[in-house]
Amino acid sequence: MKDEVTREERVDNLKGMGCSRKRVEDARFTQGKGNYVDDVKLDGMLFGDFVRSPYAHARIKSIDTAAALEVPGVLAVLTAADLEPLGLHWMPTLAGDKQMVLADGKVLFQGQEVAFVVAEDRYAAADGIELVEVEYEELPVLVDPFEALKSDVVLREDTVDENGKATDGAHGPRKHPNHIFTWDAGDKEPTEEVIANADVVAEESMYYHRTHPCPLETCGCVASMDKVNGKLTLWGTFQAPHAIRTIVSLISGLEEHNIRVISPDIGGGFGNKVGAYPGYVCSVVASIVTGKPVKWIEDRMDNLMTTAFARDYWMKGKISATPEGKITGLHCHVTADHGGFDACADPTKFPAGFMNICTGSYDIPTAYLEVDGVYTNKAPGGVSYRCSFRVTEAVYFIERMIEVLAIKLDMDAAELRRINFIKKEQFPYTAALGWEYDSGDYHTAWDKALKAVDYDGLRAEQAQRVEDFKAGKTRKLMGIGLSFFTEIVGAGPVKNCDILGLGMFDSCEIRIHPTGSAIARLGTISQGQGHATTFAQILASEIGLPADSITIEEGDTDTAPYGLGTYGSRSTPVAGAATAMAGRKIRAKAQMIAAYLLEVHDDDVEFDVDRFVVKGAPEKFKTMKEIAFAAYNQAIPGIEPGLEAVSYYDPPNMTYPFGAYVCVMDIDVDTGVPDIRRFYALDDCGTRINPMIIEGQVHGGLTEALAVALGQEIAYDDMGNCKTGTLMDFFLPTAWEVPNYETDFTVTPSPHHPIGAKGVGESPHVGGVPCFSNAVQDAFRPFGNMHTNMPHDHWRIWKTANDLGLHG
Amino acid sequence: MIPAAFEYYRPKDMAGVLSILEEHGDDARVMAGGHSLIPMMKLRMADVPHLIDLQDVGGMSDIEISSDSIRIGALVTQAEIIDHADLAKVAPILREAALQIADPQVRYMGTVGGNVANGDPGNDMPGLMQCLDAVFTVVGADGERDIPARDFYEAAYMTAREDEEVLTAVTIPLPNGGYAYEKQKRKIGDYATAAAAVQIVKDGETCSSVAIAMTNLSDTPIYSEAAGAALIGTAVDAVALDAAVAAMLGDIDPSEDNRGPVAFKNHVAGVILRRAIERAWSRA
Ligand SMILES: Cc1cc2nc3c(=O)[nH]c(=O)nc-3n(C[C@H](O)[C@H](O)[C@H](O)COP(=O)(O)OP(=O)(O)OC[C@H]3O[C@@H](n4cnc5c(N)ncnc54)[C@H](O)[C@@H]3O)c2cc1C
Repeated sequence: MKDEVTREERVDNLKGMGCSRKRVEDARFTQGKGNYVDDVKLDGMLFGDFVRSPYAHARIKSIDTAAALEVPGVLAVLTAADLEPLGLHWMPTLAGDKQMVLADGKVLFQGQEVAFVVAEDRYAAADGIELVEVEYEELPVLVDPFEALKSDVVLREDTVDENGKATDGAHGPRKHPNHIFTWDAGDKEPTEEVIANADVVAEESMYYHRTHPCPLETCGCVASMDKVNGKLTLWGTFQAPHAIRTIVSLISGLEEHNIRVISPDIGGGFGNKVGAYPGYVCSVVASIVTGKPVKWIEDRMDNLMTTAFARDYWMKGKISATPEGKITGLHCHVTADHGGFDACADPTKFPAGFMNICTGSYDIPTAYLEVDGVYTNKAPGGVSYRCSFRVTEAVYFIERMIEVLAIKLDMDAAELRRINFIKKEQFPYTAALGWEYDSGDYHTAWDKALKAVDYDGLRAEQAQRVEDFKAGKTRKLMGIGLSFFTEIVGAGPVKNCDILGLGMFDSCEIRIHPTGSAIARLGTISQGQGHATTFAQILASEIGLPADSITIEEGDTDTAPYGLGTYGSRSTPVAGAATAMAGRKIRAKAQMIAAYLLEVHDDDVEFDVDRFVVKGAPEKFKTMKEIAFAAYNQAIPGIEPGLEAVSYYDPPNMTYPFGAYVCVMDIDVDTGVPDIRRFYALDDCGTRINPMIIEGQVHGGLTEALAVALGQEIAYDDMGNCKTGTLMDFFLPTAWEVPNYETDFTVTPSPHHPIGAKGVGESPHVGGVPCFSNAVQDAFRPFGNMHTNMPHDHWRIWKTANDLGLHG
Repeated sequence: MIPAAFEYYRPKDMAGVLSILEEHGDDARVMAGGHSLIPMMKLRMADVPHLIDLQDVGGMSDIEISSDSIRIGALVTQAEIIDHADLAKVAPILREAALQIADPQVRYMGTVGGNVANGDPGNDMPGLMQCLDAVFTVVGADGERDIPARDFYEAAYMTAREDEEVLTAVTIPLPNGGYAYEKQKRKIGDYATAAAAVQIVKDGETCSSVAIAMTNLSDTPIYSEAAGAALIGTAVDAVALDAAVAAMLGDIDPSEDNRGPVAFKNHVAGVILRRAIERAWSRA
């Protein structure tokens, strides 16, 4: 048989890995044809919404629902008293703590769920909420974790014994009733000793402020209990639908096969949609009680004030070095404000996430990290906002400590990084805090980045600017922000990563149809990452069928194989690996079929793009399309009909993407207004599946980094009132505030991942935050600035200038 | 964010509007673009049992330019201000200011009348209109009356307009000289951290007249006569600028919010005013 098309064309036809295939999702999204949870409309569907606490800390003396029940259309008002007989007034959190579903005697943060009004529509529910009368007795409010650890005020009465002493928590002994856990990593004494005897030590305290992921679509669900067949269907904005199914089963007592969880299209997650929220439980209960479907959708204020904040880490660091700048030790202590309940979304054995990646990209021989979690009167959460568990915090910490050390050493911060990078030949590298970095080539990336921006030229320009400023010729300073980050993503190996006992593997199931197209289902769920596009590309390269002929489906627990979902940049490292492995199973069977059809031994055929060819006789081949058909219409001795495979992938290690970022910023000293002149981002995410999607992810992640660094915060006053509950005050940048990003890359594949891919969705956020922050701080370095806390909004930048005496 | 229930009216003429206002008094409110009122209703901070939509009432949607003044109907949108070529020639400060209000989507809906009638200290047009010495025409059961913009604002959300009156037009004497609207904000769509409107006339090398108004630095817009007085007769040199800024700071009374503390706001107000004067002077 004569082959008309060239091999190159055959490769192109597949649109496999490495191709900037257009996103298949976009057709429906750009035409308004997405199907989000609020688009789910069922016959007789009711709407539930919460009465929320106006106080941050108060005892509830009474709840009177009579007037609310009079509102036309209001059917029921649930309170903790109604949930208690079902054992559902509290629910377990992902962090091993428990959380009130509805206020049980008291409230611990402003906006806490007090009662659930169920009505025929959302308007009646809103009117009902107004009429629920709750009598509160205000209690002293603790918004400062340091204060909380000293206070006599006990926030959580369920965490003390009859003598008022703190009982043990999920992660061991607790020091104080308001203390949640102490978690540490590394060698305490050796680290302290190294630092005590070091030639140079830099110390800094920094606060990584509380912020919040802000997906355009808020959280919500529709619960529908079919009383006839006993099946519960739950649609929702779930980043981990399977885990939600298991949790619902465990807390409701419904058998897991009777629960179907569906994540439809999700309008962004960024960690906000990992946890389990009272709205889900209340909707399920309300549906069981009324026998009707019940919808709950947060509004923007609910979302910002109640579901899953991020960060709120008070970090104290010490870093030691030789006079030449070789780092010898790192010490970090964190006081972590977790709010009223510990609802962090971390692998269960890691109450501070992967904060112990805080030695960063540097060869630091000795290190110690200790984290204390604390309860306060703030909303619960502590999710990984566009990062793997607490990795933004870790990278911010080390990238600031490097800058502070550079000041102490009077050294260039780029050079200080260079002389401390882990060297290419040191990989796989075991860091002082335990992680084994899989691969990296930091020097190459760094040199490429510095060259691309003409780093020396920038420093010369900056020096001139400082002179001009001092001479009164300009009121603008110039900052050069550097950041070199190493992420740890792809959680994770089942031996140490689980969530509530569920191992953090992931999965892919493939069915090849007779005519050579396919459907693959995964345990993950896209929230904008483009899984339907990229996973089809992985498969196209693995099984030789065009990506356009492969449907990717996720999010329906009745059809998809079990997986732990999408967050922490785990989809490509884990489910992507499962996809490749399942593809390889398909290929292995295809090889046998091809050999049979070609009448040669299995070992005499080899895979070539989209076919198996007889070794040494390339004119003899069977395409994957032909093989697929044969799988369904030929009786092949010793081979079952059909062509399907499933793979559950337990990753042997995490993956460690890295990158080098440079930001150039001009700062108006008098108004505090920053102007980002340039932003260069080099990412190394290993094998690149779809360069266009990578670029999109980098743009998005950098924009969220800009937001967090320059203004996005959840702030409270002393009374625990949330001051940033709307988008007026919560900074969500628009196209106007965002600079033009220059993207670049190097490729250092992961040695243990089947296709060498590492994940990229979160890198730009992780690396971007310190880069923007360092740019601001660097502008003030010549005037004596060591460190100022984020967010660097106008007034805080102005204050930095003012504190340094730059306003005359 | 769902408002309490309300009755919706859409009368065809002003008589219809006024009769509903008369009937329901405090319980009724007119709505123009709705982009200040509806958010307040959704937050349940404004309780409006009777909502009167002005969109079908004629005669309030024109921009008329005569030899000595400009008349802007209350329903003229901020986008229309930006798009009006002749207006941009005779009073370019209106366009410069309107471009700094909110974002394009809001400006397609938001009206001049709503912006000046609202009484929110964050609105940009009240200060702008004070700078331009505009006059607001209101109509009520007893007929029409004119209220100078500089006398209109009493406190946050409190104005000289009676509840039963509707603002129909804004009339501005044709401005002279150089102009500038300078605004610092945290992002697109944000109200001012500080904003200054300046219209200045140059006679030879000196300033012969000037009007200065500040926005979002008190619970009303601040027309600072003293700041202007500090410039008149000067060459708008460094000394005069310092004096104008000092005088302005004596007139404003900012309060702390998420944009920053009072000291910051005062400082920025000074910087913004200085820049506005310098830019206006360079155009004079
Ligand atoms: C996201 C966002 C950002 C914004 N940013 C800015 C900004 O930067 N600067 C700024 O100045 N504004 C800003 N605004 C407000 C916007 O400009 C509003 O449109 C404007 O304040 C009100 O105009 P309106 O026509 O929408 O009035 P409406 O909302 O309809 O009415 C506002 C108030 O004025 C009353 N009213 C309206 N018309 C009349 C009338 N003819 N007679 C008597 N009373 C009347 C109403 O009863 C109501 O009390 C923003 C709004 C939004 C939503």
